[in-house]
Amino acid sequence: MDDPDVKDVALREGTDEDAMCGVVPARVARPENVGALADLLAAARESGLTVAARGGGTAMDWGTAPRSLDLLVDTSGLSWIDHNAGDLVVEVGAGTPVADLERVLAEAGQRLSYDPVRSGGTVGGALATGLSGPGRLLAGALRDLVIGMTVVRADGVVARSGGRVVKNVAGYDLAKLHTGGYGTLGIIVSATFRLHPRPPAVRLVSAPAPSPEAVERAAAALRASTVVPSAVESIHPLAGPPRLYVLLEGTEEGTTERADVTARALGGTGVEVAEATPPGWGLVPDEGCLIRVLAPPAELPGLVHDLVAAADRLGGRVGATASLPAGTLYLYTAPGASAEAVSSLLERARSGSGRSATLLRAEPHVRDADVDVWGEVPGLALMRAIKDSLDPDHRLSPGRFAGGI
Amino acid sequence: MATTAPTTSSTALADLVPRLREICGEDGVLTDLSRRRVYESDGLTYHRATPGVVVLPTTTGQVAAVVSLCAEHGVPYVPRGAGTGLSAGALPHAEGVLLVTSRMRRIVEIDLENECAVVEPGVVNLDITRAVAPHGYYYAPDPSSQQVCSVGGNVAENSGGAHCLKYGFTAGHVRGLEIVTPSGEVVELGGKATGAHGYDLIGAFIGSEGTLGVATRITVSLTRSPERTVTLLSAFTSMDAGGEAVGAIIAAGVLPSAIEMMDALAIEAAEAAVACDYPAGAAAVLVVELDGPASEVDTQVERVVALCARSGAFETRTADGPEERALIWKGRKSAFAAVGRISPAYIVQDGVVPRTALGEVLGRIAALSAESGIRVANVFHAGDGNLHPLVLFDDSEPGAGERAEEVSGAILDLCVEHGGSITGEHGVGVDKACKMPRMFGEADLETFELFRRALNPAGIANPGKLLPTPRLCGERPGVRTGVHPLVESGEAEQF
Ligand SMILES: Cc1cc2nc3c(=O)[nH]c(=O)nc-3n(C[C@H](O)[C@H](O)[C@H](O)COP(=O)(O)OP(=O)(O)OC[C@H]3O[C@@H](n4cnc5c(N)ncnc54)[C@H](O)[C@@H]3O)c2cc1C
Ligand SMILES: Cc1cc2nc3c(=O)[nH]c(=O)nc-3n(C[C@H](O)[C@H](O)[C@H](O)COP(=O)(O)OP(=O)(O)OC[C@H]3O[C@@H](n4cnc5c(N)ncnc54)[C@H](O)[C@@H]3O)c2cc1C
Repeated sequence: MDDPDVKDVALREGTDEDAMCGVVPARVARPENVGALADLLAAARESGLTVAARGGGTAMDWGTAPRSLDLLVDTSGLSWIDHNAGDLVVEVGAGTPVADLERVLAEAGQRLSYDPVRSGGTVGGALATGLSGPGRLLAGALRDLVIGMTVVRADGVVARSGGRVVKNVAGYDLAKLHTGGYGTLGIIVSATFRLHPRPPAVRLVSAPAPSPEAVERAAAALRASTVVPSAVESIHPLAGPPRLYVLLEGTEEGTTERADVTARALGGTGVEVAEATPPGWGLVPDEGCLIRVLAPPAELPGLVHDLVAAADRLGGRVGATASLPAGTLYLYTAPGASAEAVSSLLERARSGSGRSATLLRAEPHVRDADVDVWGEVPGLALMRAIKDSLDPDHRLSPGRFAGGI
Repeated sequence: MATTAPTTSSTALADLVPRLREICGEDGVLTDLSRRRVYESDGLTYHRATPGVVVLPTTTGQVAAVVSLCAEHGVPYVPRGAGTGLSAGALPHAEGVLLVTSRMRRIVEIDLENECAVVEPGVVNLDITRAVAPHGYYYAPDPSSQQVCSVGGNVAENSGGAHCLKYGFTAGHVRGLEIVTPSGEVVELGGKATGAHGYDLIGAFIGSEGTLGVATRITVSLTRSPERTVTLLSAFTSMDAGGEAVGAIIAAGVLPSAIEMMDALAIEAAEAAVACDYPAGAAAVLVVELDGPASEVDTQVERVVALCARSGAFETRTADGPEERALIWKGRKSAFAAVGRISPAYIVQDGVVPRTALGEVLGRIAALSAESGIRVANVFHAGDGNLHPLVLFDDSEPGAGERAEEVSGAILDLCVEHGGSITGEHGVGVDKACKMPRMFGEADLETFELFRRALNPAGIANPGKLLPTPRLCGERPGVRTGVHPLVESGEAEQF
């Protein structure tokens, strides 16, 4: 293949370390700035190269494998933080480590109300995978916090949507497409987020969750109260009994009172109140298979128990964490779970109206077994039309996304 | 003038009418000129066009059949909800179909266990809250037109209200959408869970102003009514001091549900119209609302009162009962209509600046006003920098309208110059299509166009809206003369 020769881009050969779902890129390029990235993509277009981005590389084994990967773009050169604390707004380069961003914001008493999870990921990677943890309840999911985005298109054109102010309805909100799009519509250069003040105090109230009925009762009592939780999470660890967690954020006095009300709503014995979230809160293990399930919130307590029990019968332990009000559930298997077990869990999670499930991350033996990763994706024809329009030659991470997109 | 002469001559359209009647029934198709004229404008009455034909479908199936027919014949169509839009987004097409959702008004389901409701697009925003209030819930997006505007229109405009500072816009409250695409297909997106897999088509559809299809069913989140709501009124001797208080509140990490600000001219107008009894001698007032668990709100109220005092407030009143709170809101809510009484005509502008640039931009607006001799009243959502300057003029005075438009346009330029937006809530529509290049570059606009073409390849869905077209961009922006008719009739508030 022809090497794109572009100023401010370091180029090297790809190695096994650079693989995306097992596909080793021919070349790895590291552009130093936005202009260099744009030139690089324009050159890739000339040569007809397939291209994918990599941030921290913590989710390269997610999704489906690309059909072809000539050029992997390392985004670590696109790292900057332009924080406007007074406006509660930050513009961040896509290659910026999420951990760096969190630190800068924390110094100003602010945060990107997006649960800090695993270190090593970048802002661009978080956007492209588009997931949020338990804290999405109050401030919304990651994509609800994006107010502007700049992207380099497949043809090397740099385009911006949204803006730098929280309130803005001019133009289409294209950031919504790139968030969760696995880089199939463009390479994210930077994003502007709205921020929130860090709460002076938090309380994490938890109680045993012995049965779906107990969780349903507690959830109903919480809905009837006015404690305004930031998260209501039902956690079934790989080992140990399940618990229900309620996160409260606010002032010292306020959270203390609300924690009392919450404790009563959870009822029974074994209620604990902590004054901070434990390390690893909201985290799912970074090994094994990871499934994301959506279902009407009220069905979630029953569904979690059902899936965990089904996994037991299939002979593989699973862990689960369910954000109840959002109707989102993550299910993870211990490493080595069989492809049949994973496949049958997916099927089970998908049965029932209003439910869907995707296999976010598959271990290689599962990936090779032809498991249905995405399931039925509503609106796929529209997504294809968007892909055809923005990347007509299908050179950006082809096959990495639902329906072969 | 932006008026288009009524045409009945379009043969393509005339051929369609019998088939439209088959789909929507006799009473679901309006062809009489007098009945079509009822729909000639939306809330921005300056832009007018008589629709070629009006259809009033009652089901998704009918919408899909109408749109398919349009697609088959290459006839443009324009969706319309309640017609309260302020950017001429629902301006009809003289040779097209106006597809009105006013007969799709059923609340299909209220599901308290899942804290959501499923509604048809013509449902009036406030009707959701009315239906769920007895259960302790409400629908959070509250545009001030909420007594009349439709949920479908809110989706198309991504509408927000005074309380979007804390609760966000429509986009944050929609979990599922059924849409009819511009080729007439019915697609169901999302459902009762949030965050569907794949590209966020719901998110991209919201705010698309009817150019990507018709929303025919909407699943919205319901929000628990707060335990406590407290409203504060704080009076200052200068706009700068008021602005400083806003900055101090935000910097202290307090997130009120609303922070509204009025300047001396707006206060004077409100006082004259509704005798709102705001503190005498105030050059600026802030209306701050805090809501949430009682234990949190009480502490926040104390802090906000202290912060206002420190920024130079000479009087702060607090109210927590519904009547007392309404009294504080009265002046603010009456402001737009009140300005209509002190000036024969005015333009309502809608622009956004970063909150920290408010002081500077308000100063520049005052200078613009002084230079031009055109009075500008400022009533705005201070918490998020969304300005609604009211540019006052006398339409009987030759040239005054043009000068007012210049000032109004210059204010938008100021917004863009300071890193803001040309619209915070009224949308682009026809009115601001030609202003899009002030905010976005050529490549940005071309990318919007690529996206639009992907979903609306034949270009029949609400043509001429949202993006600039050469045909459009010679026209003048809209001028509102006097009080909005909906406000005058008491059907809507504007604030
Ligand atoms: C429940 C849950 C919650 C999570 N919450 C968080 C969280 O709060 N914070 C957090 O940091 N992580 C979170 N994660 C992890 C997160 O989803 C990913 O592991 C991480 O964000 C990937 O970042 P990365 O830079 O390592 O991406 P990479 O592994 O480098 O890339 C992942 C994918 O994104 C694409 N991509 C990367 N950069 C770009 C770009 N600039 N433009 C276009 N496409 C690009 C790649 O092509 C690849 O397809 C969460 C995961 C789960 C399951
Ligand atoms: C007095 C007054 C006060 C207002 N206050 C506010 C405010 O506080 N905040 C705010 O955000 N706005 C405000 N507005 C503007 C307006 O009310 C909103 O934009 C509202 O959402 C429009 O709803 P509608 O049903 O009237 O839509 P319409 O005016 O009928 O249509 C608006 C746009 O939506 C499209 N559309 C309508 N229905 C559908 C559908 N089902 N599917 C697809 N597209 C559709 C139309 O094509 C058009 O582009 C105000 C307007 C008035 C007159």
